[in-house]
Amino acid sequence: MFNYTFHWNQAFKALPQMLDGAVVTLQIALLSMAIGLACAIALTLFRLSGNRILGGFATAWVEVARNTPALFQIYMAHFGLGNFGIHLSPYVALLAGIAFNNAGYLAENFRGALKAIPDTQTRSARSLGMTSMQAFGYIVLPQMLRIAFLPATNQMIWAILMTSLGVTVGMNTDLAGVTQALNAVSFRTFEFFALAAVIYYVIAKIVTLAARLFAARMFRY
Amino acid sequence: MFNTALTWNDLLFLAQGAGMTLAVTGLSVAAGTVLGVIFGVMRFQLGPYWFAPLTFLLDIFRSVPLLIQLVLGNALQSIMRLGWPPFTTSCVVLSLYTAAYCTEIVRGGISAVPPNTRRAGRSLGLTWSQDMRYIVTPLAVRVSLPAWIGLTLGVMKDSALVLWLGLIELLRASQILVTRLQEPLFILLICGAFYFIISFPVARFGGYLEKRWSPND
Repeated sequence: MFNYTFHWNQAFKALPQMLDGAVVTLQIALLSMAIGLACAIALTLFRLSGNRILGGFATAWVEVARNTPALFQIYMAHFGLGNFGIHLSPYVALLAGIAFNNAGYLAENFRGALKAIPDTQTRSARSLGMTSMQAFGYIVLPQMLRIAFLPATNQMIWAILMTSLGVTVGMNTDLAGVTQALNAVSFRTFEFFALAAVIYYVIAKIVTLAARLFAARMFRY
Repeated sequence: MFNTALTWNDLLFLAQGAGMTLAVTGLSVAAGTVLGVIFGVMRFQLGPYWFAPLTFLLDIFRSVPLLIQLVLGNALQSIMRLGWPPFTTSCVVLSLYTAAYCTEIVRGGISAVPPNTRRAGRSLGLTWSQDMRYIVTPLAVRVSLPAWIGLTLGVMKDSALVLWLGLIELLRASQILVTRLQEPLFILLICGAFYFIISFPVARFGGYLEKRWSPND
């Protein structure tokens, strides 16, 4: 069936390089998640503000982020912005694309979470003398983040998987990029990419587990 | 930006790319849904312990980036000398990817059917298959359809990745035009509009169904 000799040793020898790549992957995922979270909170505030321009902007962002491929968003950051003379490096373009995507999906999660928080809480906070920003920051936001925590974990996994798209815009330091560079030298495609798949799987599982432990510790009543 | 070198032929080229995207999506979702329904029913009938090996296998498809899966699929088919063209490889990988998600959706739909309703059906003399067809399917579809629509749109967007195997779909077609015409923003905007026009109405329809069919509102 297989008229092919597997050379796993070659792949295992490259393991340190690939693990370095995995660190970059994790770094991009975490950074994009942090930026995405900040943008998503801002978008949620825009939507709540009742201002039509800000609300429209937030809705447009969310719909574009959710209805176009992540790869398209990264292409937009890498090639599209070139029209304005902005030339982003693959790292920045990848980060910007994923952060844009994360912000859209997280904002939608937050909207769902907000529905679960009774309106009366804001009103009672306001009647206790808090400003609307205080009421949002101290009353609504913590509950919103707690409800949206599990969907946000899923988004984190998505962000890790999305970093692999960087290789299509010439990224060569993250896990997929390193693997592709190694593959271009030796043409041992299956061995290298199988190893990369295992590393991605392990990272995804570790992040899921860590998030569960974190949630169990933090969200105890 | 308003006087462009884009011609009608180029737009036709983009439309062909969009056709390829839809073809890959349609085939993969169809095959993936059939597999997903089979696996989902098996998952429900066998229970979590006997199905554990397949759960693990399907979980791999959800925890490894699709790009890596496509490259691995392509490498595997050439190692096994199957001689598949990129289109077949893409469809097979995407089908398995779809099946992995669809299994969970189907399982969720079946578990949402109240057991007492099924027991009532069985005690009225329905066989297992009749129970599945006349009682479980209508109730489970209501729960699963919105999620399935979301999955279909997700696969449509993820199918952009098949460009890595050399298939000329919508995004690759626009990239080729960008290389030739050097107007990245304009062409990418058209490409994005294509995706948006396909995806947005269907997503809205799914949201409407979810609201309309949710049992408690």
